[in-house]
Amino acid sequence: MARITRDEVLHVARLARIELSDDEVAKFQEQLANILEAVSKVSELDLSDVPPTAHPLEIANAWAEDVPRDCLPLDEVFANAPDRDGDYFRTPPA
Amino acid sequence: MTTGVGSTEPEKSGGADLRGAGAGSWEPVIGLEIHVQLKTETKMFCRCRNGFGGEPNSQTCPVCLAFPGALPVPNRRAIEETIKLGLALDCTIAERAVFHRKNYFYPDNPKAYQISQYDEPLCARGHLDVPTEHGVTRIGITRAHLEEDAAKNVHVAASGRIHGATATLVDFNRCGTPLVEIVTEPDIHDAETAKRFLQLLRQTVVELELSDAELEHGSMRFDVNVSVRPAGSDELRTRTELKNMNSFSFAAKGIEREIARQIRIYEDGGVVEQETLHFDPAHEESPPLRSKEEAQDYRYFPEPDLVPVEPGKDLVDRLRATLQVLPGARITRIAETLSFYDADVLVTGGLDRLWTSLVDAGADPKEAANVLANQFVAAGIDPGTVDAGELAKLVSARAEIPRAAFDEALAKVGERGFSADPYLEQKVVADTAELDPIIQRIIDANPAQAEQYRSGKEGLLGFFVGRVMKETGGSADPRVVNERVRALL
Amino acid sequence: MTVDTLRLSAEEANGLLTRREASSDEIYRAYLDAIGERDPELHAFLYVCENDPGEGIPIAVKDVIGTRGIPTTAGSKILESYIPVYDSTVIANCRERGLRVIGKTNTDEFAMGSSTENSAFGPSHNPWDPSRVPGGSGGGSAAAVSAGLAPWALGSDTGGSIKQPAALCGHVGLRPTYGTVSRYGVVAFASSLDQVGPVARNVRDCAFLYSVISGRDENDSTTVDVPAVELPTAEDLKGLRIGVPKEMNGAAGIEGGVTAAVQSALELAESLGASVEECSLPRSVDYGVACYYLVAPAEASANLARYDGVRYGLRDDGADFREMVMKTRDAGLGDEPKRRIMIGAYALSAGYYDAYYGTAQKVRTVIKREHDALFERFDVLVSPTSPTVAFPIGAKIDDPVAMYMNDVLTIPSCMAGLPGLNIPCGLSEGLPVGLQLIGPQFGENTIFRAAHALEQAIGFDVVPERLR
Repeated sequence: MARITRDEVLHVARLARIELSDDEVAKFQEQLANILEAVSKVSELDLSDVPPTAHPLEIANAWAEDVPRDCLPLDEVFANAPDRDGDYFRTPPA
Repeated sequence: MTTGVGSTEPEKSGGADLRGAGAGSWEPVIGLEIHVQLKTETKMFCRCRNGFGGEPNSQTCPVCLAFPGALPVPNRRAIEETIKLGLALDCTIAERAVFHRKNYFYPDNPKAYQISQYDEPLCARGHLDVPTEHGVTRIGITRAHLEEDAAKNVHVAASGRIHGATATLVDFNRCGTPLVEIVTEPDIHDAETAKRFLQLLRQTVVELELSDAELEHGSMRFDVNVSVRPAGSDELRTRTELKNMNSFSFAAKGIEREIARQIRIYEDGGVVEQETLHFDPAHEESPPLRSKEEAQDYRYFPEPDLVPVEPGKDLVDRLRATLQVLPGARITRIAETLSFYDADVLVTGGLDRLWTSLVDAGADPKEAANVLANQFVAAGIDPGTVDAGELAKLVSARAEIPRAAFDEALAKVGERGFSADPYLEQKVVADTAELDPIIQRIIDANPAQAEQYRSGKEGLLGFFVGRVMKETGGSADPRVVNERVRALL
Repeated sequence: MTVDTLRLSAEEANGLLTRREASSDEIYRAYLDAIGERDPELHAFLYVCENDPGEGIPIAVKDVIGTRGIPTTAGSKILESYIPVYDSTVIANCRERGLRVIGKTNTDEFAMGSSTENSAFGPSHNPWDPSRVPGGSGGGSAAAVSAGLAPWALGSDTGGSIKQPAALCGHVGLRPTYGTVSRYGVVAFASSLDQVGPVARNVRDCAFLYSVISGRDENDSTTVDVPAVELPTAEDLKGLRIGVPKEMNGAAGIEGGVTAAVQSALELAESLGASVEECSLPRSVDYGVACYYLVAPAEASANLARYDGVRYGLRDDGADFREMVMKTRDAGLGDEPKRRIMIGAYALSAGYYDAYYGTAQKVRTVIKREHDALFERFDVLVSPTSPTVAFPIGAKIDDPVAMYMNDVLTIPSCMAGLPGLNIPCGLSEGLPVGLQLIGPQFGENTIFRAAHALEQAIGFDVVPERLR
């Protein structure tokens, strides 16, 4: 049984910036442990000479020329903004 | 602990002088991490205009605002310029380079990951030869890679609140600016070399026309890692990181203080703790991290929205062919003619090509260097606009023409169609028969000052010389005037 | 004339237009009426467009695909109020052909799920039996096309989200070769796996819609030029070499009725001139799901990190930035995205990267190589699309791992970046059974040809029995 401790659940939740209630921590600890047990199966294979595949396409050098295009007008920049302050996005203090 | 290295704090006695008693037993180990913004037309992963200024958030699009579904498309020129810089630093150019995602949350990081490079950077294992008075010091370059810059956070406080910001405002114009990160080996062992390295690197990127590399605009930024170890040892002890320094001289002072601080700690039997010392809170950019765990857990992984960069031999050869003689080599060459100091000033000031032209046109090398490094720089003229032949004539005639005429000519030397000839016709007045009556008249008109001078207030000499120069419209030879004022007083 | 939305294919609807038997507006209104009539029961749509501009026929669009001026929620509360200011490339392509967006279809939140039960706005229902799921994540597009609420639709597929719902609702769906359809403007789940694809009532419509949306896009660095799409006409399968991976046929967990329907379709294929031979994908099937549930969550953990309440979407209160982000994400994200984000962050985190994400990347190589080797001998691989027919709503929702096993047959080819297409091949317990044709990279034309001939021979009626 793959284990994930309560502290590890809290750690990944913090890394991912998800606030969890105590009940949620307990629920996710059990579910994540089950999932980890299932996915740990990947470690059964002998992969010593196998290179990783990050991407199914074997292409390279996809790039664009350095030519400007129109930017968004400000009303579109802020169309969905929860908190606009002048021409800035506003957040609680960082 | 507090930093103890703030810019206004006086140096503690006996600290910084490594040649002082017992100090020979410690060797500083310094590594640098430099960020340079590329001055491409467009950003790294979108085609928003890349540039300083502009109304907040006016240079943004779905990609650099990280709207859902937006995807990065790399800027070809940024990739080529990074390779060019890599070649200038004698790096190995990767056959295959990969972009990675570096994950962290902060308001200026809209995707909550920065597209950067990790274990497959574009350029690695190079070096920069830094000329010094005692020969060349080779500084290893660990890597030079390409990434994107963050947005700008503005921390604001509302009225009525004193402590801490009450909100953060974000401007995404800078977000996505191409940024080259250059990391050195810990090969530097004194502050002066660190400063010279930074100056030379700056000049190199400016000459390659990759970047304006202006510290005050943040288009060049650097962090310094400092540790010390017992001389002769090859251990690497705990290092501290100095961040947000806004001038090379300030950096050199900061490094010296930090070296001294660490030595003091060790000599007092203490332990140096790993920490980051922020010098300029106004330029604070990195996110404050709540814990060490998070700091070290950026969860890098290959950016799946991008494919690898495989530069290929043809591209690398083409870029290599565009490289000119680099500033380090030019300093070394010019130092065969001039002092190392003058050579360094000319090259890192971007003046050495003009200097070579002046010398070729017949100017005295030392005299030409002096004029360029002093009056020419003060006049703020772009070296590229100057007719070297005309300036060479001015330099050669400097002693024979009135100071005022020289200054006036120099101010105009960058203008189209400038000719030195009208200024060369003005001759300096050195004839005592002509000067003495003027000097006597001025002494007579200022009896109080004359009396004070005679009673020992020698600083007043300048007062009289200045009056004479003014009276003669700047055409008098200052050396002669000096001499005669003294005599007549 | 009346527009028979239950029966019309897109090609037929377009025929009405070109023969001027019905106007674009008349056709559009007919589908709006169908939605008004049948969607209250099915909940295929999250948003219906009253009058989208264009001169052509309507199209339904999965709600992860960005549409300028039309809400795009990705089935998540965190994007409930989000209205894109730009069109995704696939929508721009559709608009160029005059297609009119009739509405945005339901999806599991961020396309994470196999039943639409993970939608923040409630599940969709299967038109064949509304007590059952339509599959997922693209259950909304599937239910809409199956019930005649749109002549065709766009879906997105990461590990089976087009193919599996097509199987459960009894129509055609293509997951294209990775890199042939732009992802620009499509809310990302797992970037190295996500592909937009057509959802249609028959293979020709599917092929045509693929030709509209595919091709290199300068806004998506991972796209490539695509061979010209051939609309299939063949009625036989002469010369076609079909491989039947034994691990994907008759394996544990595959229902007897599903195996039987696929088996009879394979016999039909032989009678049409195809050669059918058993083959093996030993490790792809065994390790595919585990590999997928590391790679996809890892990428998702980064892709979903942008929902921080700063520039768009839900914003909760917080004393500082960090607290605001944590509360926003807690309130805005459902359990399934939270689980996958945490698994992904775990798999990438210091100390675990090599054991989890790094290993999964190597397994991906193994899967790719196994498939590549088979395509030296075969033109297509055939298997059931889903191990089961549509299951009752609620049956698997409390067991994430059981839910993940729905995708065991669709995931391996997704990991390899290969195209796969579902056609309905019969009924089991009165519910559709889907057959999956997997092709080599860029092998869409081969798949279309084979699927079309099989489709004609099978003669499956895509209209759900209870709606006929």
